[in-house]
Amino acid sequence: MNALIDAQNLHKAFGSVQAVRGVSLTVRAGEAYGLVGPDGAGKTTTMRLLVGALRADQGQIQVGGFTLGRETEQARAHIGYLAQRFSLYGDLSVAENLTFFGSIRGLRGPALAGRAATLLKFVGLHGFEARRADQLSGGMKQKLGLACALIHEPKILLLDEPTGGVDPVTRQDFWQLLIRVLAEGTAVIVSTPYMDEAARCTRLGFMYQGRVLVEGAPRELTASMQGRVLELAAHPKDAARAVTAADPAVEDVLTFGDRFHVRVRETAGPLARLPAALAQAGVNVERLRAIPPSLEDVFISLLAAQTTPAQA
Amino acid sequence: MNTRLVSIIRKEFIQISRDPRTLILVLIIPVMQLFLLGYAATNDVRNVPLAVFDQDRGASARALLDAFRAADYFRLAYDVDSEADLRELIDRGLARAGLIIPAAYSQQLTSGESTSVAFILDGSDPTVAATALSAAQLIGQSLATDLMTERLERRGASLRLQLPLEVRTQVWYNPDLEQAYFMVPGVIGMILFALTSILTATAIVRERERGTIEQLIVTPIRSWELVVGKLLPYVVLALLNTIEVLVIGAWWFGVPVRGNIGLILGVSAIFLMSSLGIGLLASTIANTQQEAMLSVWMLLLPSLFLSGFFFPLEAMPLVLQWISYAMPLRYYLVIIRSLMLKGVGLQAIQGDVIALALFGVAIMGAAAARFRKRLD
Repeated sequence: MNALIDAQNLHKAFGSVQAVRGVSLTVRAGEAYGLVGPDGAGKTTTMRLLVGALRADQGQIQVGGFTLGRETEQARAHIGYLAQRFSLYGDLSVAENLTFFGSIRGLRGPALAGRAATLLKFVGLHGFEARRADQLSGGMKQKLGLACALIHEPKILLLDEPTGGVDPVTRQDFWQLLIRVLAEGTAVIVSTPYMDEAARCTRLGFMYQGRVLVEGAPRELTASMQGRVLELAAHPKDAARAVTAADPAVEDVLTFGDRFHVRVRETAGPLARLPAALAQAGVNVERLRAIPPSLEDVFISLLAAQTTPAQA
Repeated sequence: MNTRLVSIIRKEFIQISRDPRTLILVLIIPVMQLFLLGYAATNDVRNVPLAVFDQDRGASARALLDAFRAADYFRLAYDVDSEADLRELIDRGLARAGLIIPAAYSQQLTSGESTSVAFILDGSDPTVAATALSAAQLIGQSLATDLMTERLERRGASLRLQLPLEVRTQVWYNPDLEQAYFMVPGVIGMILFALTSILTATAIVRERERGTIEQLIVTPIRSWELVVGKLLPYVVLALLNTIEVLVIGAWWFGVPVRGNIGLILGVSAIFLMSSLGIGLLASTIANTQQEAMLSVWMLLLPSLFLSGFFFPLEAMPLVLQWISYAMPLRYYLVIIRSLMLKGVGLQAIQGDVIALALFGVAIMGAAAARFRKRLD
């Protein structure tokens, strides 16, 4: 199947800051590509390069078969984009925003009215047509943004942290909408700081300092960490952490709520040694076991490997 | 019909209507400026407060004071008893001029001698001082001529005194030398220039500031459609302002509109290319509305001062006169004043119109070249 977005070796610098350094990615129809990574990793810049809002210093981007830079406007005709910052007109109503973005995309008359009505129902904003966009709640704004991005039935949808600052229920709603968009064969690129959202993507790219460090399906990524994570619940916490970190096979101890995730080189050694060591230090162990790694474990270990390359 | 262009124009008009406060300001500012400049910014000097130290108090002294009173340049505000008092009044700014009549004034005049009075001026405001000075000299000369005639008549020489030369003046276009005749066309120029450049600059920068430009960039709208669509509503507003100022100028200030209205609006449209271009140029440089405002302001001040808006170009140093040729407003002011007051046709102003058109094309071209449908 043909790629709807194909980006090769993208570079972008702002002054002396290299924001994007050699990013390549390919997304096919019906695929959801998740861009994850810490703030400042270059996710937004990558998104902006892909929609042509920024011009890449180097590299090539094909969108729906059109080359950005040469056939920019044809390429853009296939793109729906929801920017990280709310970028609709706050002083226009919900309906006026939709109509504006529809007509600027060349829709008019009954076709535009029909499409707008369908989308309003789809995102659950029917009944709010006359409300000004800046008087919508955060979640409703994002839904309106999604509707505006979908008004011309784009083949490719780019969403830059679409659920930032949105409540969990609305986040859930939003993803249900995305799943339906994907089912229609749209290619979606979404950047997100949330691991539960990342887990829903077909493929993930983990960005750090302008590069995609690893790429793969969520399950492939977690598989690479299989047998490398222990869960520890123990009191008192400070002593538990100190004793655990001292074990030779332990790479890192991280707090996850009321527990620790302990990243290890192998599980057998620590599982044998730690109970005695902890008991000796007067630590009361509730639970110590190997667990399947989460995406978060994967990314934190990737980050640790980047920041302290000597240990990696 | 171009759907993209129409939709952006319609959107812009909706946004203008959603912000009635700005709209009202845009409509009120020209009226306010018109009244301020029509009345307050006048160079006509009247009612200069005068302190008089009359040591004579005779009939001739009274005649002199009557002559000062009759000319409405002066107001006999203070009657003092010493030079020290007179000095104090001028020091404190209560009197702007002082007149000292010597004790022997009447007596010297009746005995056929020559005499003199002292006239003191506060020169801290040169405009007032210059007018008061020439007014005082005129009053003195005219009174002296009258006294001379009187003396000759008294001697029995009943000849009628006839001056050998008389300058007969005719003032064209503005016979009463009304300040408003000069100011109203100027205000039109200033409004078109300042308001449109500021409005267009902020209208475009606002999209960037609010982030909406990011959404627009991703649509297939062409750069020129975006620019034209955003500028056109402000052209309409600016032309409405022009008509507003023309109507109030004619109706309230009685400023004649002798030229062809179509020609006035047409030339104004040519001038708008420059001011819109400057606004657009500022928007490509500025990142915030505040920056855009200030950049336009920076260009606005030299334009106003070096275009003959307040001060006549002829009175400026030669270097500044040369610089004034780089100000589009200069040409427009010449044109609009000629069109309104003199009622000339295109022929008489074609040089200035061509200059204005060249500036318009150059500025617009530079702005269009800089304007990019991108974030970087």
